[in-house]
Amino acid sequence: MTSEKSTMIEFKDVHKYYGDYHALRGITATIRAGEFFSLLGPSGCGKTTLLRTIAGFEGISSGVVMIDGKDMEGVPANVRPTNMVFQSYAIFPHLTVAQNVGFGLRKDPRSKAEKAQAVTEALEMVGLKGYGDRAAHALSGGQRQRVALARALILKPKVLLLDEPLSALDKKMREQMQMELIKLQRQVGITFILVTHDQEEALVMSDRIAVMFDGEVAQLADPETLYRRPNSRKVADFIGTMNFLPAKILSESGGMVEVEAEGFGKLSLSAEQVSGANSGGASVGFRPETLTILFDGQTATDRESMAVVEEVVYYGDMTYYDIKLDGSAAAIRLSMRNVFGRPVLDIGARARVAWSAGALVLFR
Amino acid sequence: MAVKITRKQRFRGSEAANGLAMISPTAFYAILLLAAPLAMIFLYSFWTDGYLTIIHQFQLCNYYGPCASYKEVDGILQPTQEYLGAWSDPLTRTLMLRSLYVSLTVTAVTVILAFPVAYFVSFYVEASRKSLWLFLITIPFWTSYLIRVFLWKVIIGYNGVINTGLLELGLISEPLSINYSINAVIITLAHAYAPFAILPIFVALEKIDRSFLEAGRDLGESPFMTFIRVTLPLAMPGVISAVLIVFIPTIGDYVTPLLVGGPEGKMVANMIELSFKKLDNYPRGAAIAISSMAMVLGVSLLFLFLNRRFLKGNKA
Amino acid sequence: MKGGWFKSYTIVYLVFLYAPILLLPLFAFNNATTVAFPLEGFTTKWFGQLWTEPALHKALKNSLIIAVSSAVISTMLGIFAARASTRYRFPFKAPLMGLIMLPLVLPEVIVAVALLAVLLGLGVSLSIFTVILGHVLVCTPFAIAILSSAFQSLDQSLEEASYDLGESAVSTFRLIILPLVMPGIISALLITFTISLDEFIIAFFLAGNENTLPVYILGQFRFPQNIPVIMALGTILVCLSIALLATAEYFRRRGIAKTGGKDTGGFL
Repeated sequence: MTSEKSTMIEFKDVHKYYGDYHALRGITATIRAGEFFSLLGPSGCGKTTLLRTIAGFEGISSGVVMIDGKDMEGVPANVRPTNMVFQSYAIFPHLTVAQNVGFGLRKDPRSKAEKAQAVTEALEMVGLKGYGDRAAHALSGGQRQRVALARALILKPKVLLLDEPLSALDKKMREQMQMELIKLQRQVGITFILVTHDQEEALVMSDRIAVMFDGEVAQLADPETLYRRPNSRKVADFIGTMNFLPAKILSESGGMVEVEAEGFGKLSLSAEQVSGANSGGASVGFRPETLTILFDGQTATDRESMAVVEEVVYYGDMTYYDIKLDGSAAAIRLSMRNVFGRPVLDIGARARVAWSAGALVLFR
Repeated sequence: MAVKITRKQRFRGSEAANGLAMISPTAFYAILLLAAPLAMIFLYSFWTDGYLTIIHQFQLCNYYGPCASYKEVDGILQPTQEYLGAWSDPLTRTLMLRSLYVSLTVTAVTVILAFPVAYFVSFYVEASRKSLWLFLITIPFWTSYLIRVFLWKVIIGYNGVINTGLLELGLISEPLSINYSINAVIITLAHAYAPFAILPIFVALEKIDRSFLEAGRDLGESPFMTFIRVTLPLAMPGVISAVLIVFIPTIGDYVTPLLVGGPEGKMVANMIELSFKKLDNYPRGAAIAISSMAMVLGVSLLFLFLNRRFLKGNKA
Repeated sequence: MKGGWFKSYTIVYLVFLYAPILLLPLFAFNNATTVAFPLEGFTTKWFGQLWTEPALHKALKNSLIIAVSSAVISTMLGIFAARASTRYRFPFKAPLMGLIMLPLVLPEVIVAVALLAVLLGLGVSLSIFTVILGHVLVCTPFAIAILSSAFQSLDQSLEEASYDLGESAVSTFRLIILPLVMPGIISALLITFTISLDEFIIAFFLAGNENTLPVYILGQFRFPQNIPVIMALGTILVCLSIALLATAEYFRRRGIAKTGGKDTGGFL
C-alpha cells in the first residue's frame, strides 16, 4: 500500500473537446493515494468524462493525466492500473458469476486452483459467498453491483473507479451499499473515485469531494468544508439548502469585514467566512439548522431576531419552517428537531429566532 | 492552442477512421457492384446500340423520338434496326404507365389491408406472443416466390379454386375470368408484399406510448376520434415507410406479370428483360429502366413531400 | 373480448397469406397430371420422379453453392456494416449505409440489368459466380437488419469492462462480442441462405447457361405435365424454408434473451 499522503492521480490543465463542445475546461486537481474521492455535480458537468479519462476510455484534447506518477498519454485502458464499476454494472450476461469475477485473471500466471480461490475470496468479500455458479442474468440489482465490485477488486487495482454505482438501486439498498462501500474501501485501502450527482451520497461517503459545474472544478474540499464554507453561491445551492439574505459591505479592515444584512442588521465577519466572487450583489448565507426558534424561557447565546412564520412543514422527526425576518422580504428556511413536549408553531405566529454570526458565509 | 487542435483532430480522426475502416469492405462492395453499375446503366441509356457492342455516342433517342441500332459494315455504321424511344413507343409507354398504375393500386390495397393486422398485433396481442404472430405473418413471404405466384394462378384461374367453389355454391353460373388480367397481377402482388407493409406499421404502432391514447380518451374523445386524432398521426411514419417499401419494388416485378398477367397484364420489367436479353439492345433497356425508376422516384418524393409534417413531428 | 373484430380479420388475412402454401401439398400428393380441382386420389409418385431429373439435380447443386456462398459472404459483410453503424460515428455514414441498404427497396430487375451490363462490359462471362455477386448485394441488407439489432442490444459498457479488465480489442471481440452476437450471426446466415435459394430474377439474368432452382422451376411451368413434380419439389422447399426460418427465429430470440434485451419482434 502506498502511504497516506502520496499523490495517486494528478490532472494538469486537462481539456476535452467533443467536436466544438468543450466538455472539460482546464481541470487541475490531485487525488491522494488511499482516499475515497468523489466527483459531484449535475448531469452534463463533465464528471463522468473526467472519470473516463482516468480509465482510458476517453482521450483528452490537451493537458496531462498522471496515475501514480506516470503520464497516461497513449496508455490504453487495458493496461492502466485502474478498474471500473460501471453504472450499468456491465456484467457479462453469457458468463456465470464466478466467470465474471475471474474474467480479468485470464492472463494471470497463477494456477487454476489459486485463481478459483481468489474468486471465492472476492465473492466472500462482497457478501456473495456461494453465488459463483449462478447465471449472471439471474441476479438482482444489488447482487450485480457486488459482482461488479468483486470483478474489479480481484485485480487489486491502484484506483477503483465507480460510475454512479448506486443510482439504479432503491433508497434502502442504496444506503446499505453506501455503508458497505465505505467499509470495503477502508478494508482494501485502495483509492476509490466515485462519480455521483447525489450530494448526500458524496457527503456521507467521501474523504474529499470535487464539485464540478460546466466542465470545471468549482470547489475541491472535504465534506465539512464544502458544507460549511462553500466558495460560491452555486456550490452552496447544489449542496444541501442554504438561505441567503441581501447584504451590504460597509468596511474591510484587519481581516474583519463589516456588513449590514437585511433582517440581521450590522455584523462583523472574519476573513475566512468570506467566499469568492458572485454576480448580483453581496449576500450572507446560512444553513437552515443554524437558526433556532426560541420558546418561552429560552434565551439566545449570541444574537436574536424577530420573525413571522409563513409556512410549516412537518416531517416527523423534524419540522421545517419558512419564516420572514422583520425588516426582510427574503423567505428563510429553518429546521427544528421535534423534541418531546415542544410545540409546533402555527402559520402566522410570531417567533424569536436565535442565530450566530459565526455560522454565516459572506458571498460577495 | 495549436497542440490542442491537432490532438483534438487526432481523436476525432481515430473514431472516424475506425468507423470507415470497419464499414469499408461492405461499402466497397456496394460502390463497385451497385453504385457503379447503376451509374453505368444511366450512361448506357444515352449511348447508341451497336451490333454486339455499344457505340459511345451521346443521344436522347432511347428516351424520346425515333432511334436505331447500328452495325459497322466496311468501316461505315449502317442502321440495322429502327425503334422508338421509351416515351415515344406506344407499347413501352403503355407498359410503364400500367406498371405505375399496378404499383399504386397494389400499394393502396396492401397498406389498407395490412393496417388492421398490424393494429391487432400491436394493440390486442399479449407482449409475449407478438413475435409469434409476426413470425406467422412473415413465413409465407420467405417461401418459394415462384411457386406461390403459380398457385395464385390455380386459385383464381378459369377452373381454379375460387371459380369451382362459387360454382358449387351456385353463386355464379359461369366461371369468372380473373386470371390473365391486371387484377390477377394486383391480387398476387398484394399477397407477396403483405409482410413488407405490416412490419413498418407494426413498429410505428409499438412506439406509441399507450398513455397518449388514455389521455385522448380522458380528454373526452370517443375511441374512434382518439384513433383518428392520436393513433393515426403517430402511426403515419410507419405507414409512409410501408407505402415506399411496397411501391418502389413492385413496379419492377417480373415473375407475377409473366405467370398470371397474360398479354393484358405485362409490366415494364418484362419489357426490360426483352430489351436486354432477346433484343440485346442495352441502351434501349437502360432507358426504359431509368424512365420507370424516375417515375417511381418522382411519385415517392411527391408522396414524402405531402406527408412531410408527419415525419417532422416524429423527429421533434 | 375487445379486439374480436380485429382478430377475426387477422385470421382471414392469414388464410389469404397461407392459401397458396396450403394448396401446395394437396397438388403434390394428387394423383392427376393437371393441377386443378377436384382432387383425384393420393400418390407419392411425383416425389419419386424428383430423383430421376438430372437437370433438377444440377440446378439444385448450383443453387446450394450459390446460397451457401452468398449467405457466408453477405453475413460477413453484414457484420462489418452493422458493427460500424451501431458503434461508430464517421463521415458519409448516412449515404454509405443508404447505398448498402438500397437493394432492400430497389426492384431486383434493376440490380440485375445494371450488374449484367457492367459484367459483360468488363468481359466477365456469366456463371454461378456472377449470380453470387448479385445475391450478396441483395442479401447483405437483410443480414445488416438482423445483425444491427444484435449489435445494438449489446451494451457498450460490456466492451469497456472487458478492456478495463485487461483484454485487448481482439480478445474482447472473441470473448465478449462474438458469443453475444452469435445467435444474430446464425440467424442472418439462415435468412440470407433462404433468400438466395429463392431468388429468381438476378439468377435469371446472371446465370448464363447455368440453371438455378428457381430458374429451373420457371422453365418447367411451360410444360403442364411437369407441374405436379414441381408441386412436390415446392412442398419440400416450403418445409425446408419453414424449418430454416424457425431455427433462425429461435436463435434471434435466444440472442435477445442472452443480452437481456427486450424483444421488439420481427426480422426487419
